Amino acid sequence: MPSINRSKTKTPMPSQDAKLRSKNFNEVALGYTEEDAINEAQRCLNCKKPSCMEGCPVQVQIPRFIKHIAEKNFESAISVIKETNSLPAVCGRVCPQEEQCEQKCVLAKRGDPVGIGRLERFAADWERQQGVKIPDRANPIGKKVAIIGSGPAGLTCAGDLAKLGYDVTVFEAFHEPGGVLIYGIPEFRLPKEIVKQEVDFLKKLGVNVQTDMVMGKVLTVDDIFEKGYEAVFIGTGAGLPKFMKIPGENYLGVYSANEFLTRINLMKAYKFPETDTPVKVGKKVAVVGGGNVAMDSARSALRMGAEEVYIVYRRSESEMPARKEEFEHAKEEGIIFKFLTNPTRIIGDEKGWVKGLECIQMELGEPDASGRRRPVPIKGSEFTLDMDTVVIAIGTGPNPLLIEATEGLKLNKYGYIETDEDGRTSKEGVWAGGDIVTGSATVILAMGAGKKAAQSIHEYLQGK
Amino acid sequence: MFQIIDKKDLAPSIKQFVVDAPLVAQKARPGQFIILRIKEGGERIPLTIADYDTQKGTITIVFQEVGKTTKELGTLKAGDYLADFVGPLGKAVEFSNHKKVLGIGGGLGVAPLYPKLKMLHENGAEVISIIGAKTADMLIMEEEIKAVSDKTYVCTDDGSKGRHGFVTVVLKELLEQGEKFDEIIIIGPPILMKIGTEIAKPYNIPIMVSLNPIMIDGTGMCGGCRVTVGGETKFVCVDGPAFDGSKVDFDELMKRLQTYTSEEKLALDKYHSERGACKCHQ
Ligand SMILES: Cc1cc2nc3c(=O)[nH]c(=O)nc-3n(C[C@H](O)[C@H](O)[C@H](O)COP(=O)(O)OP(=O)(O)OC[C@H]3O[C@@H](n4cnc5c(N)ncnc54)[C@H](O)[C@@H]3O)c2cc1C
Ligand SMILES: Cc1cc2nc3c(=O)[nH]c(=O)nc-3n(C[C@H](O)[C@H](O)[C@H](O)COP(=O)(O)OP(=O)(O)OC[C@H]3O[C@@H](n4cnc5c(N)ncnc54)[C@H](O)[C@@H]3O)c2cc1C
Ligand code: SF4
Ligand code: SF4
Ligand code: FES
Repeated sequence: MPSINRSKTKTPMPSQDAKLRSKNFNEVALGYTEEDAINEAQRCLNCKKPSCMEGCPVQVQIPRFIKHIAEKNFESAISVIKETNSLPAVCGRVCPQEEQCEQKCVLAKRGDPVGIGRLERFAADWERQQGVKIPDRANPIGKKVAIIGSGPAGLTCAGDLAKLGYDVTVFEAFHEPGGVLIYGIPEFRLPKEIVKQEVDFLKKLGVNVQTDMVMGKVLTVDDIFEKGYEAVFIGTGAGLPKFMKIPGENYLGVYSANEFLTRINLMKAYKFPETDTPVKVGKKVAVVGGGNVAMDSARSALRMGAEEVYIVYRRSESEMPARKEEFEHAKEEGIIFKFLTNPTRIIGDEKGWVKGLECIQMELGEPDASGRRRPVPIKGSEFTLDMDTVVIAIGTGPNPLLIEATEGLKLNKYGYIETDEDGRTSKEGVWAGGDIVTGSATVILAMGAGKKAAQSIHEYLQGK
Repeated sequence: MFQIIDKKDLAPSIKQFVVDAPLVAQKARPGQFIILRIKEGGERIPLTIADYDTQKGTITIVFQEVGKTTKELGTLKAGDYLADFVGPLGKAVEFSNHKKVLGIGGGLGVAPLYPKLKMLHENGAEVISIIGAKTADMLIMEEEIKAVSDKTYVCTDDGSKGRHGFVTVVLKELLEQGEKFDEIIIIGPPILMKIGTEIAKPYNIPIMVSLNPIMIDGTGMCGGCRVTVGGETKFVCVDGPAFDGSKVDFDELMKRLQTYTSEEKLALDKYHSERGACKCHQ
């Protein structure tokens, strides 16, 4: 029997020093050692009715895998996780655990919950170090399925169907697969090598990944059916950047977070001029928004050499949707937070470069539809922050490119694809899942949707 | 990987490739463009589809060597491969029953002008074209343009061929003479499209221009290519690249094209010094 650790606090996560890391793109959180992991695993009570699992969208068998870690049986731990979660190295790093599994852990009532995400990450990293075993390929069923988009939803759906023996092809618009995991979430939070290895794993399962395929332009959904595919899964994400529609948004030095992060992550602007794509980061940078995307943009700006980086958010700290850990990390690194502040105008110089951000002070009023107190402007409280770069991270919408080229897809009033519980759309043989159905959500929810759809596609094709 | 099947030098520093890209060729229409990347770590650059052959599965591109990526592209030969070649992107242009059209191409703009005039010509429209370049040897695709035009005016800035002066001078003359067109297409450097639009605007003829902002993805996900058209923000890669010239804020477009001037210079200087140091090019 493993011994029990009664500590009320989580075993701390070794991480790069804040000063040092704010100047490099290496991973911030370094991961548990074997000792740390066993120590943390021993905090788990192995509950008979594990409430933690209610908080996990893909029902990872949490107490079972943690018990294996406590017993130093790491190989069994990872295989338990992989029964339900095909991207544990990713989820262990980016899941908002404090609102999911860890929030529901019984220990959370009296202290820190068990560090479930950290343990999950540990098990996945351990496996990668050993060299991931490739499962035997399933017997081919002889039916072709197409997946559009290679974010977590598409990759999960592809993996599950390949394991069942389907002939799966993933079509991705960019030159690299991975979706937001590649172009959005920065290297210092999710090393791209991990995403690459997950994609390689799928390839070894027999999944065919075709990049440079902007679907809707080069091929339509109907073209795919004509090529002999019998089912299609759409996982194109919510990639359309929103702007604020305030004056001055087209000044030079104003970026959407998508552009800013794509330049830095996908195009590797942090290595410019070794790589060819630049990004322009001034001395003073303002990032507008309060989610993960805003945190990532601000912390990236710092690493690109900005001297002062502000996060301008119209609500207060407690309403911020970002993961807690990212907020803490951002504070440690010296990001300056301007809460209850809303931009009203971007000011430019004669050459068209941004030089300031005019804002208005807000106060919290009555709760709005989302249940959060609605921020209302305080009359006459305008002030200007001197800035030479502004990044707008106020959310995204559905990209209409594929949707407009697809006949017979029912959409909701915001332009997202309508599906039933299993991801089935109004078009015969077509499923959808992830951000293109829910709007911007999380990696694990997108994966869950991909998983459900794979199951439903399997049932459909078996009956055919 | 996409193979370059054929390479031609059209003028000093202007080159033409025919690239093997059957899927892109299948869907390509006039007005659309592709985005290519030479190799890992390279930049994604947009280039217009200057011609396409659905049968052979090829796309023709014409480019001018202006910076690091286009210069490096120019060193590739027939038989070499491009890492990425994405398309067809952007909206195809459509013309409703045009009977008579004026097409104006300045410098490299002649290349994107060609497929549009070709389509109009095949649809039976009367095509008048004005093409120009700085000097005679910089003029491209003259034969191709003439083959799809009923009348072609050639201009050079220095007078070394055809009319001495800008293409806009001929435009002005034709309009002042009272010539009527169903549409005027102007493609070239932003300043040419701006001046051409100013000249033509009072005549109340629809003006089509093709914009060339800096792009990354070409699918509407970054917003980097945004321009103001008719007071609204448009993404050129998905809403364009063709727009009603009379509504475009060209000054903003020209400013935004300057965003990376210093970085572009840095990249080019580095490229030159590395090539200088490399034995194979001595
Ligand atoms: C900066 C940032 C940080 C985030 N941080 C977190 C976090 O810490 N934790 C968390 O859980 N979630 C986070 N999220 C949210 C999470 O990444 C998304 O919810 C998730 O990636 C959605 O997955 P998806 O598969 O639906 O779509 P995406 O990941 O968006 O992938 C969609 C893919 O489809 C491709 N595509 C689009 N259109 C086409 C087309 N026409 N043809 C072919 N391919 C196409 C795209 O190029 C893309 O590769 C973050 C998001 C961002 C932007
Ligand atoms: C829809 C579209 C279609 C295009 N079609 C063609 C084409 O058919 N043939 C062709 O030669 N070029 C075309 N361009 C322009 C081409 O993409 C740029 O010349 C190229 O990206 C420059 O890359 P570079 O690294 O060589 O030069 P950079 O180092 O990036 O730039 C060098 C110089 O070129 C200017 N420049 C940079 N980007 C652009 C741009 N997008 N448009 C105009 N000037 C630019 C810069 O201001 C600078 O002065 C097109 C652009 C767009 C958006
Ligand atoms: S997948 Fe996410 S929510 Fe589920 S156990 Fe792992 S970290 Fe928790
Ligand atoms: S609720 Fe907490 S203590 Fe109980 S099994 Fe889950 S992780 Fe362990
Ligand atoms: S190039 Fe990114 S939106 Fe047009």
